[in-house]
Amino acid sequence: MKKVLVIILLVIIGYFLAETFINIPFGENRIGDINLEKPTAAGYYLSNTTEKSKVANVITAIVVNYRGLDTLGEVTVLFLATTGIASILYRRKEEEENAETERLSLPSSNIVRSGARVLFPTIALLGIYVFIHGHLTPGGGFQGGTIVATGFLLMLISYKGFNTNHNRMVWIESLAGLSFIFLGIWGLISDNTFLGNIPEVGKLNSLISGGLIPLIYIAVGFKVAVELTGILDILLKIKPKK
Amino acid sequence: MQEEFNEIFLKYHEIITLGVYGTAIGLMLIGLYAILTKKNLVKIVIGLSIFDAGIHLLFVGIGYVKGGTAPIFSPGYENAGNRMVDPVPQALVLTAIVIGFAVTAVALSLVIRLYKHHNTAKIDQIKSLKW
Repeated sequence: MKKVLVIILLVIIGYFLAETFINIPFGENRIGDINLEKPTAAGYYLSNTTEKSKVANVITAIVVNYRGLDTLGEVTVLFLATTGIASILYRRKEEEENAETERLSLPSSNIVRSGARVLFPTIALLGIYVFIHGHLTPGGGFQGGTIVATGFLLMLISYKGFNTNHNRMVWIESLAGLSFIFLGIWGLISDNTFLGNIPEVGKLNSLISGGLIPLIYIAVGFKVAVELTGILDILLKIKPKK
Repeated sequence: MQEEFNEIFLKYHEIITLGVYGTAIGLMLIGLYAILTKKNLVKIVIGLSIFDAGIHLLFVGIGYVKGGTAPIFSPGYENAGNRMVDPVPQALVLTAIVIGFAVTAVALSLVIRLYKHHNTAKIDQIKSLKW
């Protein structure tokens, strides 16, 4: 009975959604000519990133430069999620003493462990490559950080004794977050806007280009990698009740 | 290559439109169905993730421009500014994916906490929720 009601509700919602979106033609050019005097927002971004910010990847320019404050908020949301998970799953000392402190993981075979040890540096290298080249190729801080965290996940589930150094992680996270803000203040001093860009150095499509944008994305990459590794570490340490 | 693509695109334009929007709306409805009918809390969180995926697909689909390239001025594409897809929805979806990840992680940790407290992850068996 409940399922029938839900299906009727979904059919109504689906009908109105479809009616709305069928009137928006797919693949139509809504950007317009980007060389006009007053282009649309997308046209402005497309025509100005190469000259003003000297960044090849327009999405990176939008995320880090034009909407840099938004990205600062996004990084804060990730930090809050990590803190929230840690406090939701917090256990008091007395409970801790009864339970074994080691991580819950199934015993992994020799093949998995050897493979993980070979793969881990490669995965970490790929992640670092992705967030260093965020202004030239698809990808960036968030994607590269996630790739690095998957490498740590592989190590965490295949080695029981593999432990992340909590103190070092807190230091890296704090330094990355602070450097984001200091780079923003640097922009404030030299460009009169918080997170403003100084694109004088380098030329388009070379590794050293784009001013502060690659530096900010590297900081974001470190921060995301450490935060996701922290979340995975916390979630893997949980024990089921006996 | 480009002309061929445009020809195919024009020929099957309605089917492609229906396919993209249909998939996006279908994903959203599947997610909503899971949220509304499933009893297991983990399945409800999975439903939230599917709903997220549908919205992201809808956003990126709206930003597509016929025959457009990725909005990156890589070597060989320095003057391709007029045939690039819309970068604004893509930047928005990049933000939305990260926020979706944070929401999923916090929701899952709440599910773990509830499971520890009640020894079950099914919402109809958690008695203290009834009123």
